[in-house]
Amino acid sequence: MVFVRDRQRPEPGKLLLIMDEIVKEFLIESYENLDHLDNALVELEKNPRHKESLDHIFRTVHSIKGTCGFIGYVKLQRIAHAGENLLSLLREGTLTMDAEITSALLALMDVIRGILASIEQTESEGESEHPELIATLERLCGTASKEPAAAPAGEATPQPVDGVVAAVGVPETPDAPVSESVAAPEPVAAAPKPPESVAAEVPAFAVAKKASQENRAHSISESNIRVDIALIDRLMNLVGELVLARNQIIQDAAASENASTSTSSQRLNHITTELQESVMKTRMQPIGNVWAKLPRVVRDVSSEMGKKVRFEMEGNETELDRTIIEAIKDPLTHIVRNSIDHGIEKPEQRIAAGKPEEGILRMRAFHEGGQVNIEITDDGAGINLNRVRQKAMDRNLLTAEQNARLTDREAVNLIFLPALSTAEKITSVSGRGVGMDVVKTNIEKIGGSVDLHTELGKGTTLRIKIPLTLAIIPALIITSAGDRYAIPQVSLVELVRLEGEEAKKSIERIFQVPVYRLRGKLLPLVFLNSELDDETSAVSARSQGDHAMDRGSVTNIVVLQAGDHQFGLVVDQINDTQEIVVKPLGRHLKGIRIFAGATIMGDGRVALILDVLGLAQGAHLATQATDKLRAEQERDEEPEIVGGERQSLLIVETGYNERLAVPLNLVGRLEQFQQSQVETAGPMEVVQYRNAIMPLIRISHAIGCSEPDTERERLHVVVYTSQGRSVGLVVGSIADIVQDVVKMETSQRRHGILGTAVIQGRVIEIVDVPAIVGSAIPDMADMAM
Amino acid sequence: MGSIMKTTINSQEQYCTFTVGDLFFGVGVSKVQEVVRFQAMTRVPKAARDVRGLINLRGQIVTAIDLRSRLGMPSCTGERPPMNVLLRTIDGPVSLLVDQIEDVLEVDEDTLEKPPDNLVGATRELIRSASKQKGRILLILDTDKALDLPSARQ
Repeated sequence: MVFVRDRQRPEPGKLLLIMDEIVKEFLIESYENLDHLDNALVELEKNPRHKESLDHIFRTVHSIKGTCGFIGYVKLQRIAHAGENLLSLLREGTLTMDAEITSALLALMDVIRGILASIEQTESEGESEHPELIATLERLCGTASKEPAAAPAGEATPQPVDGVVAAVGVPETPDAPVSESVAAPEPVAAAPKPPESVAAEVPAFAVAKKASQENRAHSISESNIRVDIALIDRLMNLVGELVLARNQIIQDAAASENASTSTSSQRLNHITTELQESVMKTRMQPIGNVWAKLPRVVRDVSSEMGKKVRFEMEGNETELDRTIIEAIKDPLTHIVRNSIDHGIEKPEQRIAAGKPEEGILRMRAFHEGGQVNIEITDDGAGINLNRVRQKAMDRNLLTAEQNARLTDREAVNLIFLPALSTAEKITSVSGRGVGMDVVKTNIEKIGGSVDLHTELGKGTTLRIKIPLTLAIIPALIITSAGDRYAIPQVSLVELVRLEGEEAKKSIERIFQVPVYRLRGKLLPLVFLNSELDDETSAVSARSQGDHAMDRGSVTNIVVLQAGDHQFGLVVDQINDTQEIVVKPLGRHLKGIRIFAGATIMGDGRVALILDVLGLAQGAHLATQATDKLRAEQERDEEPEIVGGERQSLLIVETGYNERLAVPLNLVGRLEQFQQSQVETAGPMEVVQYRNAIMPLIRISHAIGCSEPDTERERLHVVVYTSQGRSVGLVVGSIADIVQDVVKMETSQRRHGILGTAVIQGRVIEIVDVPAIVGSAIPDMADMAM
Repeated sequence: MGSIMKTTINSQEQYCTFTVGDLFFGVGVSKVQEVVRFQAMTRVPKAARDVRGLINLRGQIVTAIDLRSRLGMPSCTGERPPMNVLLRTIDGPVSLLVDQIEDVLEVDEDTLEKPPDNLVGATRELIRSASKQKGRILLILDTDKALDLPSARQ
């Protein structure tokens, strides 16, 4: 007997037998098997005669029963036995799966899990004998034997099964469960001899067939082995060290003239790269492993919420690093719960909305651009952005003024604010308002990003992007303030190089934020030297930066992506790109926002790795300044309606002699068309105008006014042009053009209206042309923003 | 905290000793992983004041803390580069930069007394006890406190 001290036991000093190993094996395998079973059960509910699933579940429960009998877990054995009886009746076809049986079996799985957990922690099965569960299972079995037609088969089958257990005896190796079942078909096939039990014969045949499939499956499992995760991590670390050493050798070899050194170092280089890739693969797991639990979650939540949901998964084989899988498990579950709880409507509502009764929840994973993309789409009700805005204002997270300037695309991000939940009721599943912000934080923590698109009435899509691996990454090496720093390449968008004078001219300052106009887009800038500036730097960083620009030397801008925002990092020098091993910072340095870790360069010196998100935050890019900036960008397109200045406005009349004002600077031309010239293209009205097809929008419709039924012969159209595309705004008639001092009030903002003002003594609403165009013609929304 | 070597008759512990300025310090040998000469250091902007930088110790990245700075003394003059005393901690080795390394001394527990009264400020806080050794006063450093830095400058 070998005695092993178990460090995890609560009672110190208690010694255990080698049995400990067997129990451990039993627990690991059982947990694994149970996880697969949830899916099998959900599948079975949809497809009650699915033989494979039934057999799978039966085998698992059977083997659990056998092993716990051997180890001596009597309670578990009794429960597994009750489940096994029910399952064998299902296998024989005596009983058919229905919701009640499914729930009982799911409950069985949960109870077994609970007992296993208890065994894991306390070595005992726990207090409860679970009599209710056993009673339910027995009752469900009992219904079968009450039916006369099924009686012969019903009575025949339990016996051979028990007989099998007695015959085969105790499982001694992990292989035993499989071989047991291989033995099983014979007695079972032998039992249903009576001619009327045709139903029983079919399962026997199917079971025999299954046995041969199992044999094949068994040999597949032989080509895999189970490895301790700690060992894999150690392997990963060693490879990391090897990569560093390789970098150093490459550097030295480059300096050396020796041909032999050069060849060997190249060879070392190739081998190391391959080794690195292979080892990284061992840590990669298919995302299907995380998804495995989701069908059950979907089933549970949808039945709890009274909704019908079809769950589709695409891209199960997409591989992720193990550490990432751990991090996204909870966020994905939360998102799924949210979609079913708040996204997908109740069947009646869906039918009323003209949708199929069953909602679709689709999860798609794929590799793209060095990242893993996960898309979760539902065809539910979408998110009511107006409610989100309202809630944000109610909770003082947003002022009315900010709300007015917030575009819909930006409003969507409000959802990620902590403590914001628009659920009417807080259900047990979600709606506590702590979900989405935690999801976003968790994903950003591993270097990923979350993006949300929603369309009211149509559905919502969530897009998650995560870098492929965390330990060894390609990086851009730069120099600033005399030191080298590494920037993870995954965040790198592009590099911009400006000569001294050019730099001074093209870098502007807006609201105190230095920006650079990159192909028309305003890019906020962060000066790395300023971020690094503290008492230890020899020369004040800011003066360094200014001097650089004065002296006519080069300004380097590294364009980086931090979540949704892009910004430019100004550095002194750009060195090269390298693969680096990411090492975590010690406890004294962990909290520094701008550093994500450290690495050892080829020359043996330590270099710090910049945290892109941290740099963005530090320059307040994620908050007010960029908001202001974007508002500034929009202002370029928005009409200049500021209090106290003279504005030019076009006054138009709608059908009911209501007057509206259109800022003249947005008016391209005034045209007239005959009603007969108006054609339809799909849902839109269009006219042929200047060799193009121009869509028409009836302003009164767009802002929610009614229009008289009489169709006018002649249509007055205000043509609005932006970025080469034209849209015709149909009005009743053109009234006037005024130039007046306009003081606009925005207290009663509604869609399509910027505000109201008193013009020529009358209260007139001022039209928000870009917004109207944007909502009527979605793909012109970009030009409107 | 435990000492590896205890004689049965009178308890003696071994201490690694070093100097910082005029002060003579000792740290129990079990707490010291090794002693290394000055290594190229990478400075860490925005780190706590006492963090001098990061060093590469056979592939491991170790934080180096300037004991002079920790004690409120001016940094070393540059004549002689500081030495690294690598202390074992739960999170891995951390280096303490000191002026000069001295011998390993065996100190009788009986000789340990309260720190002298003329110690002030930071120094006093970091000293657990003191012992007279060959005419000099050996100050036993409280390594936990020494490595517990005020938060980083952000």
